[in-house]
Amino acid sequence: MTSVASSRGSLPMSRIRPGRIVSWTLLFIGGIIMVTPLLFMLSTSLKDASQVYDLRVIPAAPTLDNYIEILGDGRFTRWLINSTIVAVIVTLSNVFFDSLVGYTLAKFRFRGRYIVFIAILSTLMIPTEMLVLPWYLMASRFGWLDSYWGIMFPGMMTAFGTFLMKQFFESVPDDFLEAARIDGLNEFTIWWKIAMPLVTPALSALAIFTFLGNWTAFFWPLIVTTSAELYTLPVGLSSFAVEQSIQWEKIMTGASIATLPTLVIFLFLQRYIVRGVMLAGLKG
Amino acid sequence: MATIEIDRLVKRYGQTAVVHGIDLAIQDGEFVVLVGPSGCGKSTTLRMIAGLEEISDGQIKIDGRVVNDLQPKDRNIAMVFQNYAIYPHMTVADNIAFGLYRSKLAKSEKRARVEQVAQTLGLSHLLERRPSALSGGQRQRVAIGRAMVRDPAAFLFDEPLSNLDAQLRTQMRIEIKRLHHRLGTTSVFVTHDQVEAMTMADRIVVMRDGRILQVGSPLELYEKPVDVFTARFIGSPTMNLIPASLKEGRADLSIGGSVKVPSLSPSTPDILVGIRPQDFTPAEAGSSGMSASGTVVVVETLGSETLVHIESGDQTIVGSAPGREVPKIGEQLTLHAPAERLYYFDRTTERTLAVQ
Repeated sequence: MTSVASSRGSLPMSRIRPGRIVSWTLLFIGGIIMVTPLLFMLSTSLKDASQVYDLRVIPAAPTLDNYIEILGDGRFTRWLINSTIVAVIVTLSNVFFDSLVGYTLAKFRFRGRYIVFIAILSTLMIPTEMLVLPWYLMASRFGWLDSYWGIMFPGMMTAFGTFLMKQFFESVPDDFLEAARIDGLNEFTIWWKIAMPLVTPALSALAIFTFLGNWTAFFWPLIVTTSAELYTLPVGLSSFAVEQSIQWEKIMTGASIATLPTLVIFLFLQRYIVRGVMLAGLKG
Repeated sequence: MATIEIDRLVKRYGQTAVVHGIDLAIQDGEFVVLVGPSGCGKSTTLRMIAGLEEISDGQIKIDGRVVNDLQPKDRNIAMVFQNYAIYPHMTVADNIAFGLYRSKLAKSEKRARVEQVAQTLGLSHLLERRPSALSGGQRQRVAIGRAMVRDPAAFLFDEPLSNLDAQLRTQMRIEIKRLHHRLGTTSVFVTHDQVEAMTMADRIVVMRDGRILQVGSPLELYEKPVDVFTARFIGSPTMNLIPASLKEGRADLSIGGSVKVPSLSPSTPDILVGIRPQDFTPAEAGSSGMSASGTVVVVETLGSETLVHIESGDQTIVGSAPGREVPKIGEQLTLHAPAERLYYFDRTTERTLAVQ
């Protein structure tokens, strides 16, 4: 057993192909490029104001004062809560509505089904920047400016999520649904009790992408909110820079805390993210 | 238990009709098998009985009640699907209990029914397992269990054995048949496998191109096929068909020789003479019946019998020799069939010719 394990664990140098060395080198360089800003963020968060421009990765005198100060600042906690509320509600909404619409488009034959699907899909081609103005006008007309609903409404259901879920539901055999129909379930219960559990990997991928997208969203929350109590974390952190004459150590501390959920999600749900990226044909 | 009556049933997809006004009456407790090649309309017919396909025209009655506009759940039927359709996220017990989803029974009673069904099907020790931990045969038993637990008026089986290997298929075939004997529930079974049809059915319905060609007991279909299609579809290996021309009470065979035939009335003198391989055995040419000589090209040893393929003229003919008699390839062999075992078909209409 030991010899098998060791032979699997390390490849003899003679069997390493040159192509593999090149790809490892490229991946290593890519890794360094990705990780360096994160390291500097973490490092700066552990420095006091006087050391911020000292570019050593390991601070000369590391301190947790920034964390104590930031977490003690009521506004930061508020922004953290706002981000959590927005990200969680939008994620739940997407999981519910995207899968409901995706299921309907995948499993029911009705007139105009294809047109509806193309219409939904075509919205993927419109860049967010173009949508911001109509969103703003809509929010203004309905009195949604500077409110949670104002931040959330554009993302409550997405074309991407609908497309992703439709593709997945198409792979669910009709026999499952027909068997449930014969057993006496109504269509909503069939979707909820039978179809949804069968597409858990897709739901996980959708939930993760939506949560991360909304947790880090900056542009729209910045436009739609004016009161500091409604800022989400990224917007709040940016206001930190303007108000307090760019206190980098504070901004980096806030950013480090804000990155934590993302990191935790990546660490624990890597499998689903990779699967989701592969299945949706995305780059993340 | 219930009767199922199908009256001028039609299914159209757009302008294309796939079932052309079929009629069928299934008796209470009967086991009827719909058999035919892919695309013959057998599954569509079953799905219309189940309520999973809309009926374009005609009528279906279950237990005397017209069910055309009833939802599947309101027809009191249970269906077993080809790919089992048991839910992978539920345990065996939950899957079986799902058949009682609409039932107003108390939880304890539902549990008791599930356990009773599991015991009948030999699944008691698997109740807490997920389908992924079951073999193909066990999964199919769970699917049957889910259908059974509701005590429906009729069972509908849509090629339920197709995904199983040959050995398991034979075993499940017997199990389903025994179950039917015990429960006596009206059953409609769809398959493209004539062996399944022959071994399981009280009556077989042969379908082709959306039409019923013949309905009868397995032996009736084997002995008295109404046309070339049924004659070749029922029975394994398939029936030999030898072109012949009628002339003064004899049929001149395309492979050479002739055979004395009874009085027939074909549309033209061109006919087909049919012989089942089991009736075509190595023997000396007799005074009556039909003989064919040729070179042995293939020998299939089955143990109980040996199938012999001989090349006679430009045609390959299959005969049957006793299990211990294994002819050699290249050997010259004469096969003989008695006159009463010959079938005659009109070559133009492909219908069986009635002996006058």
